[in-house]
Amino acid sequence: MLSSKMLGLTTAIALVATSGVMAETLTIATVNNGDMIRMQGLTDDFTSKTGIDVEWVTLEENVLRQRVTTDITTKGGQFDIMTIGMYETPIWGANDWLVPLDDLSADYDVDDILPAMRGGLSVDGTLYAAPFYGESSMIMYRTDLMDAAGMEMPDAPTWDFVADAARAMTDKDNEVYGICLRGKAGWGENMAFLTATSNAFGARWFDENWNPQFDSAQWKQTLEFYIDLMNEAGPPGAANNGFNENLALFQQGKCGMWIDATVAASFVTNPDDSTVADSVGFALAPDTGLGKRGNWLWAWALAIPAGTQKQAEAKQFIEWATSKDYIELVAENEGWANVPPGARTSLYENPNYKDIPFAQMTLQSILSADPTSPTVDPVPYVGVQFAAIPEFAGMATQVGQEFSAALAGQQSVDEALAKAQAIATEEMEAAGYL
Amino acid sequence: MARAVSTRTRAIYTVIAWAIGLLIFFPILWIFLTSFKTEADAISDPPLFFFFDWTTENYGIVQERSNYVRFLYNSIIISVGSTILGLLIAVPAAWSMAFVPGKRTKDILLWMLSTKMLPAVGVLYPIVLIARSLGIYDTYVLLIGVLTLINLPIIVWMLYTYFKEIPVDILEAARMDGASLRNEILYVLTPMALPGIASTMLLNIILAWNEAFWTLTLTTVDAAPLTAFIASYSSPEGLFYAKLSAASTMAIAPILVMGWFSQKQLVRGLTFGAVK
Repeated sequence: MLSSKMLGLTTAIALVATSGVMAETLTIATVNNGDMIRMQGLTDDFTSKTGIDVEWVTLEENVLRQRVTTDITTKGGQFDIMTIGMYETPIWGANDWLVPLDDLSADYDVDDILPAMRGGLSVDGTLYAAPFYGESSMIMYRTDLMDAAGMEMPDAPTWDFVADAARAMTDKDNEVYGICLRGKAGWGENMAFLTATSNAFGARWFDENWNPQFDSAQWKQTLEFYIDLMNEAGPPGAANNGFNENLALFQQGKCGMWIDATVAASFVTNPDDSTVADSVGFALAPDTGLGKRGNWLWAWALAIPAGTQKQAEAKQFIEWATSKDYIELVAENEGWANVPPGARTSLYENPNYKDIPFAQMTLQSILSADPTSPTVDPVPYVGVQFAAIPEFAGMATQVGQEFSAALAGQQSVDEALAKAQAIATEEMEAAGYL
Repeated sequence: MARAVSTRTRAIYTVIAWAIGLLIFFPILWIFLTSFKTEADAISDPPLFFFFDWTTENYGIVQERSNYVRFLYNSIIISVGSTILGLLIAVPAAWSMAFVPGKRTKDILLWMLSTKMLPAVGVLYPIVLIARSLGIYDTYVLLIGVLTLINLPIIVWMLYTYFKEIPVDILEAARMDGASLRNEILYVLTPMALPGIASTMLLNIILAWNEAFWTLTLTTVDAAPLTAFIASYSSPEGLFYAKLSAASTMAIAPILVMGWFSQKQLVRGLTFGAVK
């Protein structure tokens, strides 16, 4: 009897002891982008400093969104940290689905986060996700083709200049196309580009009372300009091209200009992958003289879902991964061109980073985007290339399909806009905005 | 009496068969070829067929970045587990439907099949909530259970069709010889239906192996199978086709090899009863 009690006691002590020494493990959901892969490779640094193990779950972007939404709404607690964007953060933060990051340590220096990024990841001034890297969009162009066309790219060009240059650079016989732009349907694909571009033309998704505005002259001008330009100076089959397809075309020397995410700059200037690495220039996304540029703002950020049991450890990880020290760690291991860009002011003041050819243009692009006042006229939503409301993703993907079909020549601009107006009106009525 | 087939007709059929076979196989071949390209070659336009610099670096990167063996192990446990559990339920169910049908047997069969018409996402939240409250999220138990339920209608239907082909007289004879119900199913019916059961089993393993919606939604780390392994190689910002192809090749190789070796059994089972 005594021995069985002793045995029980010993087992209990052993269990307590083991659980005491067992390291905590954080489960982090992320996407397969270069900067995230680098972070995974450097996780040992975090584990050695804190004793906390990290388990990575890498998913395809849309699967990640669906998984994370399911987990967060059912309080599943499967993830301790999740990688989310500037679209989800304000919506989820407002729903109390995320843990507020309002008690980060003094060493972390939260004021060093670029104001545009901090603003886009906050709800009523409270930060809900820490930016791991940030991006805007800008023009990447071939300096050699621009010279051959006898033109010179200003730092802040207009759309008219870009269109003239694109037509001048086009040489379809040799498969060189003046401009490559997104055409593949999706709220994060063609609609990210077109919504941002429409801002430069003074268009907006909704007026102050949430009435869809696709019947406006500005949207018609935006879409006509885009489709005419792509027909004359774009690559064939552009309606199927997203970020990766255009990246491939540019790297093979088939695009004179490409307006897309600033993060692409490190890919097109990398001689291992790009055949045009030494002849790429950068400029701000174009405007039309109305005071707004067509450049977007996006951040891949780390957030803590409210369902996790490991808040304190998760915060420790976020402080590590988005700190100044982490940037130094990447620079030491992979070089300054590979540090996560667009999150911290101090990075752009660092003399080592100033030599990177696209650094200053990236910063200027980020600084010139304003999510709270994205276009010429006032809007009721936050976001440059999206409207941060839950209905936007589904609605914009449908609208994107109509615009993509118009680019493919399957319908006219007027038909596409009429359908877009109908889709948006129906959706907004169903959601109770109208 | 077999009809005489001219050599010409036979040649035409052979060519057509090969053409269809190659067309169906082409995507797999293309994935295999792409997995040996560099990322730049993988997206080159026009596409490169055989003449590129073959490299195995993608396989190296994938091995380094992911624990392939863990995903493979999970895939095997889940697909084999759900198949065995499914057969344990489906063999008696199909037996009763084939040999002692009731008035509503046909309706039940149709109703079972109709559950396949429901979009999976329609029951996503109930299943996630049940899994959460039972504390079985991201476990083999959950995955085996869900995949069994999903594939059960197909298993029952297939077995039902095979069992219908077996003359009921033989079972009756066994019964008259004093065989109990258990012995009748185990020693008389099962050996005769073995080709059918084997092909049902193979097909179900393939279906479970390839299932992506539930295996991606209900797993995180511990029970994540090869579908999660593949999904981790797609990227919104950056080139990934070559690495994704390498991951896909590694994920489909085991099931492809299994299919290759068992194709005779598979074909025999699938055409069982089709020719009188």
